[in-house]
Amino acid sequence: MDNVLVKDGVDAETVEAVKVLSGTYKYGWDTDIEMEYAPKGLSEDIVRLISSKNDEPEWMLDWRLAAYRRWLNLKVPEWAMVDYPKIDFQDQYYYARPKSMEKKPESLDDVDPKLLETYKKLGIPLKEQALLAGVEAPEGERKVAVDAVFDSVSVGTTFQKELMEAGVIFCSISEAIKDHPELIRKYLGTVVPVSDNYYATLNSAVFSDGSFVYIPPGVRCPMELSTYFRINAENTGQFERTLIIADKDSYVSYLEGCTAPKRDVAQLHAAVVELVLLDDAEIKYSTVQNWFPGDENGKGGIYNFVTKRADCRGKRSKVMWTQVETGSAVTWKYPSCILRGSESQGEFYSIAIANNMQQADTGTKMIHLGKNTKSRIVSKGISAGKAQNTYRGLVSMHPKAKHSRNYTQCDSLLIGDKCGAHTVPYIEVKNNSSRVEHEATTSKVDDDQLFYCRSRGMGEEDAVALVVNGFCKEVLQALPMEFAMEAQQLVAISLEGSVG
Amino acid sequence: MPIPERKKPDLRPVSDETVMSSSVAWAKETRSKAVARAESQGFPSRQDEYWKYTQPDAFISEQVKLTSRLRPELEIFSAQTEYLINFENGHLSSGRLPSVVGCDVERLGESTTLDSHWIRDLYGQLELAGQNPVERSLAAVNTALATEGVVLRATGILDHPIRIHSVSKGNADAIVHHVIKVEAGASMTLIETGQYGTRANIVIEVDVADTGCFHHIRVQDGVERHIHSHIFARLGKMSTFKSFTLTSDVKLTRNECVLELTGDNANATVAGACLGDGEFHHDDTIFVTHDAVNCESRQVFKKVLRNGAVGVFQGKILVKSGAQKTDGYQISQSLLLDDDSQFLAKPELEIYADDVACSHGSTSGAIDDEALFYLRSRGVSHTKAVDLLTLSFVAEAIQEIEDDTLADAILNHLTKALEIR
Repeated sequence: MDNVLVKDGVDAETVEAVKVLSGTYKYGWDTDIEMEYAPKGLSEDIVRLISSKNDEPEWMLDWRLAAYRRWLNLKVPEWAMVDYPKIDFQDQYYYARPKSMEKKPESLDDVDPKLLETYKKLGIPLKEQALLAGVEAPEGERKVAVDAVFDSVSVGTTFQKELMEAGVIFCSISEAIKDHPELIRKYLGTVVPVSDNYYATLNSAVFSDGSFVYIPPGVRCPMELSTYFRINAENTGQFERTLIIADKDSYVSYLEGCTAPKRDVAQLHAAVVELVLLDDAEIKYSTVQNWFPGDENGKGGIYNFVTKRADCRGKRSKVMWTQVETGSAVTWKYPSCILRGSESQGEFYSIAIANNMQQADTGTKMIHLGKNTKSRIVSKGISAGKAQNTYRGLVSMHPKAKHSRNYTQCDSLLIGDKCGAHTVPYIEVKNNSSRVEHEATTSKVDDDQLFYCRSRGMGEEDAVALVVNGFCKEVLQALPMEFAMEAQQLVAISLEGSVG
Repeated sequence: MPIPERKKPDLRPVSDETVMSSSVAWAKETRSKAVARAESQGFPSRQDEYWKYTQPDAFISEQVKLTSRLRPELEIFSAQTEYLINFENGHLSSGRLPSVVGCDVERLGESTTLDSHWIRDLYGQLELAGQNPVERSLAAVNTALATEGVVLRATGILDHPIRIHSVSKGNADAIVHHVIKVEAGASMTLIETGQYGTRANIVIEVDVADTGCFHHIRVQDGVERHIHSHIFARLGKMSTFKSFTLTSDVKLTRNECVLELTGDNANATVAGACLGDGEFHHDDTIFVTHDAVNCESRQVFKKVLRNGAVGVFQGKILVKSGAQKTDGYQISQSLLLDDDSQFLAKPELEIYADDVACSHGSTSGAIDDEALFYLRSRGVSHTKAVDLLTLSFVAEAIQEIEDDTLADAILNHLTKALEIR
């Protein structure tokens, strides 16, 4: 080991750990591709431009403009425990698409090979009959349909035909606005209204693409659906909008993944996800968020300001949010459930890992409006390095939500003495037949468990990763299989360099 | 959406009188600074996160007029040998203060007129320290204007508790400020009963030196009243602080307790039980800061609510970086006896040290049907059964009281209170 250039008191192990760490983020490369940008900055003209690029009808443009005008009067929310330099909204691009996407490809075969190569490298092959990478084909046929979003546009959606046969609509939201305006007009903005919050309003004005799913009554979606978001262009914000409608007695499992190249300058990502569930419908929504977290000094990374909400309108409907948050420099994200229909259920499983200079403020809201509604929150926060990790959540039992039930468990784990772990739950109970239970603990990695692993010959980092995986198990089990494996590896990778 | 301007307290007319009448320099300076502090902070408003569940307006602008709904006073600690200090309408009753072996007992009005008195290093100072990170302008107003209060300095182990008993008649507001210093190795118990005023703004500053021990028991009752109290306490090495508050029948109470554990191995407990019926809004807001190694803190709160009563709990444990081996515990539970009552809680943890064990729990629900059925099947009447289950529910908080005699007295008082309602 070459120790010549290293200051006194810094041992070889530390140097090695840093080396390993700086090479940790696997998806930090970029794709060299000719891009087409909208002019820098944000104005009504940009909103009009985005709308015209997507060939949108007049009503959609009006909707966007109303959102933009409202946004101008809003203030940046400051209540979250995150600290980042003020964002200059005029100093970035709001629309960037590969030149080759100027004319929407007819089929996947027409997509620019460079783009296909990008997704292949990310482990998301845009070929039909393909599975997410890293997983052996299980028995029977397990298919995953993918909508791939590259910067501001969707580059392709697989299995559309096969899904169509089952009646399922799975396409980019820009296509849906053109092809299914009746559904869009009926549901868009009804779960997360334009006026919801600063970033949701901004998203309503400038969203460029995203995914749209409609599952008709009685249909169990024949395959898992997924969207993969990739930010590639520099100084470009990604604003995507996802709308999933599960009609009566339908079921869908939806996966979401995201990555971005390593860059010195932080990039903005402000998404809105709306889920609508009618009677007896069920949606499983799983996210592995692996945006570039910035380097060990907090330079660069994605600012991830996301509004996700499910509206359980129907009786006995059920929604399950599962998230593994390992990336992003700053995370501000609260996937929530409005339990409106009687006997509806909401679940939230979350692992949030913050290392180095990352800051995560994440949690959920369970709003019980209907009778006999149930919710369950399991949140595991892990802080390492100099990171700050906050769980923020609301459980609200309205007067009419009689005989409802909530159970909340949020645990925090601290690795090292420079990081912070915080819990900010809000509990509001307005009827007496409901039961609400909330538990939270904060502790460090158990010494006995570590010692056990070490005494069996495991390296320290492996031992920590194993203990942490055990800590997260409840959440990992809630993920679909492909994701669970990826997430397990991610947990280990995200913590690399945090020990010693 | 324009955010309404924060109301500025207009303290001039009153403060001029209080500040100017302070004959010694340090008191004048402390009060003027508190005036400036309160004015720059402005009054709390509904937009403040810190006032999310309680409307501050009622403490500031709402006039309180007592009607005739006064209840016969219950004598709680009658069997107790104690040192009694009486307040009437927010003022110390004239007459001699008790002489206590091992404790100096003085009037605030007297000690703030002395050039050199230990109180100059404490009065308004713990309140000032407690203004960060959350502003508490009503406490600053208190420091600026309070002229009544008791000044205690314990130097030994007191044989009996000191009790402050207040009687308030008519519609008098009260601003009271007690300052307490517990010297190294000393130990004392302070009991507060009765009502200071129709609207009361109370601040207690407590400095517990290394190995000192301070116990506090408070019984708040009195229909229609508005009470806003602050306790600011600083704990030295191996010291103990224990506070318990029982609240019933008060229309509006907000009890804030700001503790700072600055010495290693210190131990703090804040506990409370409340029985709310009808027009009742009770808010416990606790902020415990761990700034030393190996300290323990406990927050135990139980609220029984019915007929539209509202119970609020905002508790926070802040563990500063370096405060290793912290053991922080927090529990807030509510028993809702009917569908009209509400429980609103925000139990918070903010932790910057890794070798800690902190936990919090919060639950809300109705009376356990099975327990009720069991008692009914044993021939206990419905009302009696509910009372018994209510008592067992709040007992956990009462158990936090160190002295068994005092704990029993509180329990007896509660039993009686349940019987007469």
